[in-house]
Amino acid sequence: MNFDLASIDWVKIWEATIETFYMTLISVAATFILGILLGLLLYLTDKNGLWQNKIINFITATFVNVFRAIPFIILILLLFPFTDFIVGTIRGPKAALPALIIGGAPFYARLVEIALKEVDKGVVEAAQSMGASLQRIIFKVLLPESMPALISGITVTAIALIGYTAMAGAIGAGGLGNYAYYAGFQRRAWDIVLVCTVIIVFIVFIFQVIGDLTAKRIDKR
Amino acid sequence: MISINGLKKVYHLVKEEITAVDDISLQINEGDIFGVIGYSGAGKSTFVRLLNRLEEPTAGSISMQGKEMTTLSNKELRVARQDIGMIFQHFNLLWSRTTAENIAFPLEVAKMPKNERKKRVQELIDLVGLNGREHAYPSQLSGGQKQRVGIARALANNPKVLLCDEATSALDPDTTNAILDLLLDINKKLGLTIILITHEMHVIRKICNRVAVMEAGSVIEQGDVMEVFTNPKHDVTKKFVDQVVSEADDDESMDYIMNLENKGKIVRVHFIGDAANEAVISDVAKKFSVTINILQGKLTQTISGVLGTLTIQLQGEKEAINEAITFIENTTEEVEVIRDEL
Repeated sequence: MNFDLASIDWVKIWEATIETFYMTLISVAATFILGILLGLLLYLTDKNGLWQNKIINFITATFVNVFRAIPFIILILLLFPFTDFIVGTIRGPKAALPALIIGGAPFYARLVEIALKEVDKGVVEAAQSMGASLQRIIFKVLLPESMPALISGITVTAIALIGYTAMAGAIGAGGLGNYAYYAGFQRRAWDIVLVCTVIIVFIVFIFQVIGDLTAKRIDKR
Repeated sequence: MISINGLKKVYHLVKEEITAVDDISLQINEGDIFGVIGYSGAGKSTFVRLLNRLEEPTAGSISMQGKEMTTLSNKELRVARQDIGMIFQHFNLLWSRTTAENIAFPLEVAKMPKNERKKRVQELIDLVGLNGREHAYPSQLSGGQKQRVGIARALANNPKVLLCDEATSALDPDTTNAILDLLLDINKKLGLTIILITHEMHVIRKICNRVAVMEAGSVIEQGDVMEVFTNPKHDVTKKFVDQVVSEADDDESMDYIMNLENKGKIVRVHFIGDAANEAVISDVAKKFSVTINILQGKLTQTISGVLGTLTIQLQGEKEAINEAITFIENTTEEVEVIRDEL
């Protein structure tokens, strides 16, 4: 093994980094919204919830549990027909998005449900006693009061998603994982693997720091 | 006026049914500070939650200002709730909002425009005495200040009724008194009807004009505070009244006194208002040939007047003592013979 940083194609590395960022940011944003929707549904339809509904709760819980149980690498393969239908291709960073979101949202949904359960029941009761509707309780009580936990949760999920993008890269999705595997591992160019790893670790650090600072800043407890 | 008829709440558990509130009927007049007292588990918390339907009643009716609460649709109920403020033992403020934003919350629910909201919030902050703390978060406030925010928030939409669920139970005695003074003040200023539940007789004594005593889901005694204090009928009521009108654990000292050579009768005399100022005891000493030992005395201030309790030992001839007691009975509100060893 010899490391020769001078021989590395930095333009390609830069393109791969941008692709990783692209996949991560879009999938995190979509996971945040979809995960909160699913998490709210789990929380509200639960027994003694504000919108108790056994059937919807069962369907949502089953969906979440099934997709959380499927290993990500298999999920990508299973979703090939769906991806082809939605995106029109099964290659490149865009094609990784459906699998990333469907893999990430159920995971985040459970974290959202836990965060919502931590909201003081008394505060919800106080809002009800003022005549607040369910919609207002969701947007003015449940989400703001659980926001620090929702942010910590999306930070954990985002880091898992960065890992998923690398895995998706190995089967053709693009990004740093893809570059490390094809240009690095398969050609025995270990210096490329090393550089890609360092950049991914750095991206993880950036997400962790931003997540921690945001959660701390909005937590007034 | 609030009129409650045959109110009942039954919880259906897997193997049993629990009747938390059993057939309660009460009339609460406008401007009353109506206290509901009971030990924990008596059903008082469930009772107050039934009034704004945070708990759905199993049976019975609740009429507030002529509006029947139990038949309202969800939407009508939300509107009706804006006329019923509620404060809680643990304040239940949103920690993510400042004092001013917490107080603005019910105004947002009532869809008040932003500029009016700001003005109203300032009025409420002045009313409850939170000036200078507008931008503090609940975590930066003391317990008493948090309850002031709770009260301001409950009053935001100018309700006619304020429900207090153990509102002072988490506060220290000084803060409790300050919050009770504030409640009394807004009751007078705004003509608000207040229904408060508590397990502390001190709270009833300090601000209520009417009281109901609850046990095992039922109201076992109710009436004007003075009447219930001077003439408690039920054992539970007597225990509660004893908390404020006489020192607890004085049984031992009574036994000690009776074990001394000089026997006699120990009586507890209750006075109301002016009788407390009359010199009953010195009259008795002059008119009858009895010796009087004053063992204990206490004056208790309630909002409807002063209530006095005096425990005395009477010694002498049997007839003289009985005549003396009859005389005291005619002059004062209530006489209770608590030891008789003639």
